[in-house]
Amino acid sequence: MPKDSGIGASTKRREDVRFLTGAGNYTDDINIHGQAYVHFLRADVAHATINSIDTSGAADMPGVLRIFTGADFEAVGGLPCGWQVTDKHGQPMQEPKHPVLAHGKIRHVGEPVCAVVAETYAQARDAAEEIVLDLTELPAMVDMKEAVKDGATKVHDDLTSNLCYDWGFVEENKDAVDEAIKNAAHVTTLELVNNRLVANPMEPRVAVGEYSRSDDMHTLHTTSQNPHVIRLLMGAFVLGIPEHKLRVVAPDVGGGFGTKIFHYAEEAFCTFAAKAVNRPVKWTSTRSEAFMSDAHGRDHVTKIELAMDADNNFTAIRTETYANMGAYLSTFAPSVPTWLHGTLMAGNYKTPLIYVNVKAVFTNTVPVDAYRGAGRPEATFQLERVIDKAARERGVDPIALRRQNFVTEFPYATPVAVEYDTGDYEATMAKLEEIADIGGFAARRAASEKNGKLRGLGVNCYIEACGIAPSNLVGQLGARAGLYDAATVRVNATGSISVMVGAHSHGQGHETSFPQVISEMIGIPEDQIDIVHGDTSKIPFGMGTYGSRSLAVCGSAMVRAAEKVINKAKKIAAHLLEASDADIELKNGQFTVAGTDKSVAWGDVTLAAYVPHNYPLEDIEPGLEETAFYDPANFTYPAGAYACEVEVDPDTGKVTIERFSAADDFGNIINPMIVSGQVHGGIAQGIGQALLENCSYDENGQLISASYMDYAMPRADDLPFYSVDHSCQTPCTHNPLGVKGCGEAGAIGSPPSVVNAVIDALQSGGKNVAHIDMPLTPSRVWAAMNNA
Amino acid sequence: MTSVSMTVNGKSVSGDVEGRTLLVDFLRNDLRLTGTHVGCDTSQCGACVVHVNGAAVKACAMFAVEADGADVATIEGQANADGSLNTIQQAFQDHHGLQCGFCTPGMVMSAAALLKDNPKPSEAEIREYLEGNICRCTGYHNIVKAIMAASGQDVTAIAAE
Repeated sequence: MPKDSGIGASTKRREDVRFLTGAGNYTDDINIHGQAYVHFLRADVAHATINSIDTSGAADMPGVLRIFTGADFEAVGGLPCGWQVTDKHGQPMQEPKHPVLAHGKIRHVGEPVCAVVAETYAQARDAAEEIVLDLTELPAMVDMKEAVKDGATKVHDDLTSNLCYDWGFVEENKDAVDEAIKNAAHVTTLELVNNRLVANPMEPRVAVGEYSRSDDMHTLHTTSQNPHVIRLLMGAFVLGIPEHKLRVVAPDVGGGFGTKIFHYAEEAFCTFAAKAVNRPVKWTSTRSEAFMSDAHGRDHVTKIELAMDADNNFTAIRTETYANMGAYLSTFAPSVPTWLHGTLMAGNYKTPLIYVNVKAVFTNTVPVDAYRGAGRPEATFQLERVIDKAARERGVDPIALRRQNFVTEFPYATPVAVEYDTGDYEATMAKLEEIADIGGFAARRAASEKNGKLRGLGVNCYIEACGIAPSNLVGQLGARAGLYDAATVRVNATGSISVMVGAHSHGQGHETSFPQVISEMIGIPEDQIDIVHGDTSKIPFGMGTYGSRSLAVCGSAMVRAAEKVINKAKKIAAHLLEASDADIELKNGQFTVAGTDKSVAWGDVTLAAYVPHNYPLEDIEPGLEETAFYDPANFTYPAGAYACEVEVDPDTGKVTIERFSAADDFGNIINPMIVSGQVHGGIAQGIGQALLENCSYDENGQLISASYMDYAMPRADDLPFYSVDHSCQTPCTHNPLGVKGCGEAGAIGSPPSVVNAVIDALQSGGKNVAHIDMPLTPSRVWAAMNNA
Repeated sequence: MTSVSMTVNGKSVSGDVEGRTLLVDFLRNDLRLTGTHVGCDTSQCGACVVHVNGAAVKACAMFAVEADGADVATIEGQANADGSLNTIQQAFQDHHGLQCGFCTPGMVMSAAALLKDNPKPSEAEIREYLEGNICRCTGYHNIVKAIMAASGQDVTAIAAE
């Protein structure tokens, strides 16, 4: 019987009621008395010298309060980068300045150049039309390999070249890898592009800055996944505001997918301008602005070689990747192609030797940073594509080739610096074969062929690393932040509980699932427990939500804080029951003296804590509130196996997803309904990458996919019902809940199976197509078929 | 400025708007009905769908003055009289048809318009009808399932959870 509450129950989400009735409180719903509006004049060329800016005509326009340019921010710090990568020669990456408003030069289309603050948004926008920019256009660097050639135009004049870093991992293994590839019985090589994407949460970014002269307090309301990270970065590195004078609030946030992790210029601007004009200042991004100012994702160009012995055992992997950084380093950009990508190159397989080379390149494009999966989809895609190609070249079954090379013993130390604690890749593959009905594929293919369609089956495995930690290790790897999280469990006098958490919920349902854990631990109803998140003035210093970390890291902090609360409550109960606290048991909200019928209810103990008339004041303090910070010992390693079945129309090249199945191992699960929802959404984004989405620049650096007219978002009729399963569970060994994280799996695990399926379909039709770069649009598939 | 009057969720309202003021901005900024959302600027995403004289309309693609005299319904007026969720809203909660909630008001309003015209739509009909509503969180699985359930269809065979 499924449980109806606590850990493992599919509790309906409490947050849904406000979202379904229009009562959500998103940042754009916040309007502060007296607020002014800002419109940013954004660059419409990719690369130029700014000779002069004439704002005189605009300044006289109706309603204009003040116009800001880069000169206004000369005394202010630039937007910081939170991760410093060390290159293969032991040198730090090249790190350019990142001004709030462009100063001296424009480096990408969409870069904010001027900011007009006016009484209304329309007035600000009208006035911006009157600003005259005198620019000298410069050649735009768009292609990464062109950008790193000798003599290429530099994106940043003060850097030595457009190469941010040249990273080798593990550099000490390079010679052994080269040797193994030279001596291999077979080497499969694949060159591929991991296409640039735009995260596109449905809520565009918004920032509202406020300043209170009475107490010198700054407040920023913003669409962020991690308000404390924004407070730290913006306060300490950009504006010089001490943290006790800066409050950052991220209320309901309409999706993030990574792109709302980062600290953006508009947030710093609104906070700065609110004091400068002594008015609250609000900015609401249009979707067009979002396309050219939200950090983009992916954009890798990779060559991968997979070496095998005569028995098809993997012996070595060597990769070379060009990773686009865009024009500036976004907050965590340098970590994505390195520590979130190279460390995953072993995948689910026991390849003994691996060498990863990554060249990160500056171009005149929007900065690129983490997008759902962040480095791990890029690793998974190249690995699972090259394995499929190898199976074809060797004439072996692609599932059998994977099975043969699976890691089967845990813990397993990979040759790329990480240690998988638990997993069972055979179990998820067997589950996948069952739910995807792989045995029935041949009959389905025959039926498709009868209808004149080609049908293909693609399978892949994936592994991901979630809850990136511990802090002392990531510090050695270049992180400029800790990666712990924090929770405060505040028990109220009558027994209800408020839990203040550092994680932020923007679709993940924490307000429902986190209380399930506390309810399980204490035995009081879930509706007696509330989660408070998203406001630095209310919550402890946590690092927010990204990298599928909320439950594994912040949930662990919450468990630790709840354990402290329970330990103290047991002491109070022991006093009330005149027993030893070692003999007190807590079950179903009742404290009982073990082996007796003496008991006291949770609510009586909590009341005693706040009305301590009969209370051991000499031993313990009144009150019942505890905080815990949790810094994990290791990453968690969810893994799984995915299968996609497609039909390809041989006349048009159109690909239709007929079936999609996912068998995941997320360790223990708190709310299966929410977990399935996370996988569904990730799969849709992965299918979007594989078939539809492409962020595209022309040779002049013009963004030619900057609206939903041009950027193909997955729609309901592009997608099927999915079959997902997470019954294979190997609990994480190093966090108290045994959980692993599920937020990104779908986006990591799905693109290779889609492409593998299309290649399989084309091959079944006699087309000798080895690879097509994503997205597999009808024109690309048709061209590949007809050139084959 | 032009004076406009309309009925919104059964109440008479009026205001002064510029000719260029969109209906969605009038609802959000003047009436403070912030449940209707703006997710794009090309009338693609559908987060702003409301009903105007009973038909589903993207409120970003209509000027407020065009709605003068109209009967407008928004997400704020959809719950039952006692405040409980209506059938469609309840089905979205029961089947986890929303995550971040941003596209949800438009999804619910579109679903209501669909079911009014087509009380028992097939999966394919629902998917086609939702072409103009983009969701980035759910992959649409549970939205389609919720709308089928709201129309009284048995969805137990559709993959669990």
